[in-house]
Formats: sequence, structure tokens, C-alpha cells
Amino acid sequence: MAAITPPFTDARDAAASLRRQGTDVKGQTFRWFLVGALSLALLTLLALVWDMWAEGSNVLLARPVQFLTSGLNTNVEMAGVWQGIKGSLMLGLIVAIVSFPIGIGAAVYLEEYAGNTRFARIVEINIRNLAGVPSIVYGLLGLAIFVQALGGVTGGRTVIAGGLTLAALVLPIVIITSQEALRAVPAGIREGALALGATRWESIRHHVMPAATPGILTGTVLSLARALGEAAPLLVVGAVTGVFFAGASGFFEQIYAGRFTALPMVIFNWARQPGPEWLQLTGAASLILVALIVVMNGFAIFLRNRYERKW
Amino acid sequence: MAQALSTDRPGALTAADLQGSAAKRRKERLMRALFQAMAWTSVIVTALIILSLLREAISFVASVELGSLFEIGWFPRRGLFDVRTLVVGTLLVTGIAMLVAVPLGLGAAVYLSEYARPRVRRTIKPILEILAGIPSVVLGYFALSFITPQLLTRLVSDVTYFNLAAAGVAVGILTLPLVASVAEDAMRAVPASLREAAYGLGSRKVTAVTKVVFPAAISGIVAAMVIGVSRAFGETMVVAIASGATGGSLFSLDVFKPGQTMTAAMAALGVGTDQVKGADNAFQSLFFIGTLLFVITLSLNMVGDRFVRRIREKY
Amino acid sequence: MNESGDPMTAPTSAPVQPPQAQGLTLDVGSPNGNPRPDSADTVFEVRNLNVYYGDFRAVSDVSLDIKKREITAMIGPSGCGKSTVLRCFNRMNDLIETARVEGSVKFHGADLYDPAVDPVEVRRRIGMVFQKPNPFPKSIYDNVAFGPRIAGYKGNMDDLVEQSLRKAALWDEVRNRLKASAYGLSGGQQQRLCIARAIAVEPEVILMDEPASALDPIATGRIEDLMQEIKQEYTIIIVTHNMQQAARVSDKTAFFTTEVQSEQDDRRSGRLVELDWTENIFKNPSDPRTEDYVTGRFG
Repeated sequence: MAAITPPFTDARDAAASLRRQGTDVKGQTFRWFLVGALSLALLTLLALVWDMWAEGSNVLLARPVQFLTSGLNTNVEMAGVWQGIKGSLMLGLIVAIVSFPIGIGAAVYLEEYAGNTRFARIVEINIRNLAGVPSIVYGLLGLAIFVQALGGVTGGRTVIAGGLTLAALVLPIVIITSQEALRAVPAGIREGALALGATRWESIRHHVMPAATPGILTGTVLSLARALGEAAPLLVVGAVTGVFFAGASGFFEQIYAGRFTALPMVIFNWARQPGPEWLQLTGAASLILVALIVVMNGFAIFLRNRYERKW
Repeated sequence: MAQALSTDRPGALTAADLQGSAAKRRKERLMRALFQAMAWTSVIVTALIILSLLREAISFVASVELGSLFEIGWFPRRGLFDVRTLVVGTLLVTGIAMLVAVPLGLGAAVYLSEYARPRVRRTIKPILEILAGIPSVVLGYFALSFITPQLLTRLVSDVTYFNLAAAGVAVGILTLPLVASVAEDAMRAVPASLREAAYGLGSRKVTAVTKVVFPAAISGIVAAMVIGVSRAFGETMVVAIASGATGGSLFSLDVFKPGQTMTAAMAALGVGTDQVKGADNAFQSLFFIGTLLFVITLSLNMVGDRFVRRIREKY
Repeated sequence: MNESGDPMTAPTSAPVQPPQAQGLTLDVGSPNGNPRPDSADTVFEVRNLNVYYGDFRAVSDVSLDIKKREITAMIGPSGCGKSTVLRCFNRMNDLIETARVEGSVKFHGADLYDPAVDPVEVRRRIGMVFQKPNPFPKSIYDNVAFGPRIAGYKGNMDDLVEQSLRKAALWDEVRNRLKASAYGLSGGQQQRLCIARAIAVEPEVILMDEPASALDPIATGRIEDLMQEIKQEYTIIIVTHNMQQAARVSDKTAFFTTEVQSEQDDRRSGRLVELDWTENIFKNPSDPRTEDYVTGRFG
């Protein structure tokens, strides 16, 4: 019977057998394939950044201030992202005001009060499903409910309707990240507080929430960064899709004055315009949006690393 | 000492003595109810989504002639609602996206999980997370300004400025970090003892990885791909920018020409909704497609979720 | 520590408990035979206590009395329900969803599980120290002050904090760094902080769930000394898996054991074997199971 591992005949045979049998061709090729895949993935990011800079630098280096402070304009030389930035800021504000308290509160309920009831499990499954719903479907929700059904309150296709739509989109993320942050607080802290005669709310307010704050903060910043990059829901809810928009110039006048826009929408509009000059504008605006999002994500991660407590 | 604190040592107590502060109990009940209401909000959102979708979708299905669902193409404002065009468009874009995302994503995941040194991993993972955060409009722009002119025109001769293939590649780039992340988590969840068993039997690294670790993580790998498909299915802005065809499109399988997916069709309809509200079936078709999309992605997500749960249970 | 001579020798004074009695001892006289002066001062009266986790009966039919200003130790092999019984005294089992308590636990005559009773109030009067020290991630001062603050204390907090830390034998070590984080203290110091924290609320009873098992021998010794000091003011019930500790520290000892529930179910339920003066438990136990345990023959 042929042996899988033939026994050694003598010491010299042993030494020879134990020495490596040539190069592992299969293994090396496999490894290089993997490295290639990873490199290609990273290269796409590089290509993207290079491309944005190649196009956008013409604008950003030539007229940076004017670009940032001008509004939409049919004239390529004069168009700027100011209205987009303004719109995005307002949307971000509304998202924060609406979704952060509700999301954190829901997470507190699920982690601290609800226990393992059927209601809690259904809610958690529901939240996981909501997190995977395509953003344009949230746009339909916004159109049907916030623009049409609640038109009297929101004023129709206004930035408020847009903000509420984005808040609904981002709500599951806020809940999930806040839940994780609360879960990380050790049970002993809660037990210690309760054993001293504290109510659940007192133990949450004085001990659990302060301890979970860094994690919750990180989650909210990440959610905001996500909301700022979204365009599909805004498109359906009625953000401006032309290249000219005579919006009110004051910051707050615009809220009820009707149509709004946001930075991603500006990019969407410019990208579809024919001609290389519009493409340059698009590249410049993309650089600004990507930079904004990267900074926010980086800030969130910085927060997490700096203030996360290792129990 | 403290009047508020003194617990007198009485001879006997009754239950009434142990009732505690009514004000505190009221506050506790109030806070609990408040937080519960916030948890209910998520349920309300789901209910509203389903309500919004179904109301118009059902009236669309009721009022449209079934024949117009199998026309030559999707031209909603002319009453031609060929759903196949859109579904095929979505499948083409998703297919191309997966061709990009799966090899690159899985390859990156296997490398990071099994081969990379911790320092390398620590530097590369944040870069992948940056890629994950790139907004889809920017990738749509990338398709127009780089993928089509620099890549596709060099490979294929008669590709148009707006085309499905570029959109597909861009969606693939978008989905890649997601696939990589889920797959990597799945492989890292495989316990070290399995790897040690493989090495202990005298196998080389490539064998251990491909024959032991990868199969052990297969539920998670499948989950990664399912979740990737779901993401690609639902992607809107890339296609809306890069593949043109906002007025409508004929049924076509040519990926190097303009085309439409379900999501892009919805976007095109959404742009013009103020002119079209209720006037004809075009407005309602938006919700009809939306319902289809919702059902498909929900099913995919639930399947993916089931697979993710399986890795957690196994280990 | 002490082995008995003849297993069936009865204690020198008080009535002999037949070996199969379930530990119900209402009036165990002191070892020298004289009735205790305040033996009428019963703090806890437990009758027929059964605790279920779901359908599993973790504690079977426990009845015992706890007397004022004594240290009662609960000992027994692991899994015999000592901690579960302890947590019944301050309604901490409420926090476990599947837990169900049957029977009666009376505190100075009032049924702790009466629906009208607020567990929050119960826990103010009956404090607890846990196995793993769990100070809050706050300053030493704020750790001690938390309990009084939520109880609405309006007096001089600085004095109260100092007094509590003194009683817990921690004041001298931390007096100059009250605002420092509690996490900077050693394990033994953290546990004494937890005791100070519990004392600050002025409870009548302090429950201790293996308070020294996570500590080194020197820290353990300090905790044991502390217990002897504060026993003059507080009734203490301590769960310990360390027999020698029970023998060193307690006035009375309750021995629990595990027994199989039924033929079909081989999960073990906890049962009280006997409760007696510590000296008797270790020198002259009434029940052979007690003797087997304290002589190290099993467990």
C-alpha cells in the first residue's frame, strides 16, 4: 500500500525530505491574485480622486471663492455651489433635530426597557429591514406623505419635506448605532445603580447614557454624513433639477418659499449638462462634497477612538 | 442626620410603608412611555412606506390595461409601460456591477482577513471605508468623465456617451466595499482552531484558505453577495446620471447604449411629477415600480440576513 | 477548619433539629444556652420560598429567619441557589425576565413582594455589594453621593460622603483625591468604595454577594475586618463559597445544597439544609450533609 507520508530511510533522507520542496507556485499565484484584487479596488479610489481633481481644479484654482458663493446659473463661468451648500446645511439641521432624539430614544427603549418581548424583537427586525430599503423608495414616502398628505404643514415641496424624508432614511442607522453604544455599557453599572434604589430612568440618565455618549455621537455623525450624500429621495420630493434657481437669498427665508436644492442635486444637474465646462464644474463640486463627507466620517472615527472607553 | 434619608428601624412595617415616592413612580412611567413612543416611530415609518406605495400602485394596476405592460419599451408619458425593459436593464446593470464587485471585493476580503499583517489591515480598512462613503452622484459623474471615455471607448468601438455598462461598473465600485466588509467579517469569524487544524495536517496556506476557511465562511460570503445584489438593485443616481434615456427606452440588451433600470425610471418620473400628477397613469407607475423594487430588495435583504445570522449561530 | 467528632452529637443546648428538617429555625438559642436578648427582632422572615427561572426550579422551599445586627453567611456548593436567594431580599431578581418568585419574604412583617411595594424603595433600605466591584465611571465623591442625591438628600453632602467613607475604612486612603476617578483605585479599594456607596443611603441591611472572591487575600482580610466593624449598625447577609471566610466572619451560617429535581430532569435545585450558629454548623452540624460539606468530603 502506498503511504501518504513515506517513512524516512535514514537521517540524510529525513533532512532532505523536510527541506522545502521548491516554490509553492499555486500559493504564490493565488496570493498575487488577491493582492491584485485589493490593489485594483484601491486604485479605483485613486482614479476617482485624480479624475475629480483633473476636472475640478480648473474651477477651484481659478475662482475658488466665487465658486463657493455663487448660486446656480445658466452661465458656466458664473455658476457656483452656494445654494447647494445652503440647502445641504438646512437639510442636515432638520435631519439632526428630527432623527437624533427619536432614534436615540428608540434605542434607549429597546436596550433598557423593552427586554426580550415580542414587540422589541419585531421592532428590531423592522429596523434592520428599513436600513436596507433603497433610498428612492424613501423618496416615494416623502412625496406621498410629507409633500402631499402633510402639505399643509410642510408647505409642499419644501426643504422641510426633504429634511423629514432624509430623517426617515437615516433613522434606522441612528437607532442601530445607538443601540450598540448602549449595549457596550457593562451590566454591572446598571445593577450598581439600581441596587442603590435608583429608578431605571435615573440609572440611564446618570450612568448609562453618559457612558454611551461617545458611541452615540459617533453614530449620529456617521448618519449625518450619509444623509448629506443622498440625492435620490430629494429628486422625488422635488428638489430643483434645472440649472437655474432663483431661490430666496436669505438663509431662513427659503424654508417656506418653496423649491430647494442640495449639493448632491447640484452635482446631478451639472453632470447631465453637455460639454466639458459643465463636467469641470461637476468635478469641482464633487471634490467639495467628497471632502465634506470624508472629513465628517474621519471626525466620527476620531471621536470613537479618542473617547471610547475600554471596559 | 438626614431627615429625607432616615430609615427608622420600626418594630413592624406594612406594604404601604414600602410604597416609595409616588412622584418618582410617575416620572418613571412617563419616561418609559416617551421612549416607547419613539420606538413606535420606526414601525410607523414602515407602515407609511407600505401605505404610500400600495395606494398608488394598486390604482395603477387597476386602471392600466394589462397589454401596455408588455409593449416595445418603457415610455410612461405615452402610456407604454413595458416592465420587462426596466427589469432587464436592472439585471444588466446589477450583473455588470457584480462582475466588478465580487472578484475585487472577495479578493480584498480574503487578503485582508488571511494574508495581511495587522498594520496593513489597519491602514487599508479605513481607505475602503472612505470608498464606501462616496456618494452615488459622484460615482455617476465618474462614469461619465472617466469610465466611458478612458476605459470603455478603448475597449469597445461604438459605445455612446451615456450607456449602461459604465453605470454598471460604477455601481460595482459602489458595492465593492460592502461586499468586502461583510465577507471579511464572515472569514474572521471562523475560529483559529479550524485554521490550526488544517496547518496541523500539513497543508499549505492557499489550501487552508481555499479548502477550509472559505468554505467554513460560506454563509457569510453568500450573505455578502446577496446584500451586494440588493444594494446594486436599489442604486438610483449612478444610472440616472450615466445611462441617459430619461424619456424612456426601448427594450434592449445592448449595454453599450443608453438604457434604464427600474430605479432610473423612477427618478425620471419623479423629476416631472409636478406636471403629471394624477393626470395619467405615468404618476402612478412610479409607485408601481417602487413597489416592485421594494418587494425585491426586501426579499433579498431578508435572505441575506438569514445567512448572516447563520454565521453567528455556528460560531 | 473544624471537624466534628461524632456526626450525630447534638448541640449542647437548643432543641435538636431532626436531620431532614428544612432548616426552619425560629429560635435558635445562643451556644451557651441562654436565650438571646433581642431574639424577637427578626428582620427577614422567609417561608416556603421557591424561585423559578422559566420552568426550572432553582430554589426549593426555603424557610429561614434573619436576625437584626447579625452577620448571616450562606454557604454551599456552586449552583445551590445562594445568590438567587440573596437577590430575593432586595427584589433584584425582578431584573431577570424569566425569574418567578413564590412564597413569602417578609421584611419587618411587610411582604416584600406585595404588588403595592415599590422595589426602588426596597433597595434603598436593603443595599447590595456585588462580587465584581462595580463603581461608576465617576469620581470617588460622586460614587458615594449618587445614592443620597437621588433619594433627595438635602443636607451636607461633604459630611455624609466623609462619614460613609470612614465607615468603609476608606477615608484615609482617598481623602485627598475625592475628585479622582474611582477607576484609579485598586480592586480592594473599589470594593470598599462600593460598600461606602451602599452605606451612604443609610440602609438597614447590607447584602453581600461573594464580596471578596475577586480580591487578593490581603484585600479580603480588610473587607472581613470591615464587616465586623459595621455589623454593629447593619444587618448583613453574605453569600460566600469560602467556608473559612464564613467561619471567620459570621454569627450564623445557613448551609444550602443541591438536589436533583426528578428522575426525568437532572438539573439540580437548591435547598436549605440547616441554619444555625456558625460554631454549631462547623463543630456540631445536625445534618450529615452539612458535615460532609464542612469537612470537605464533598463540594
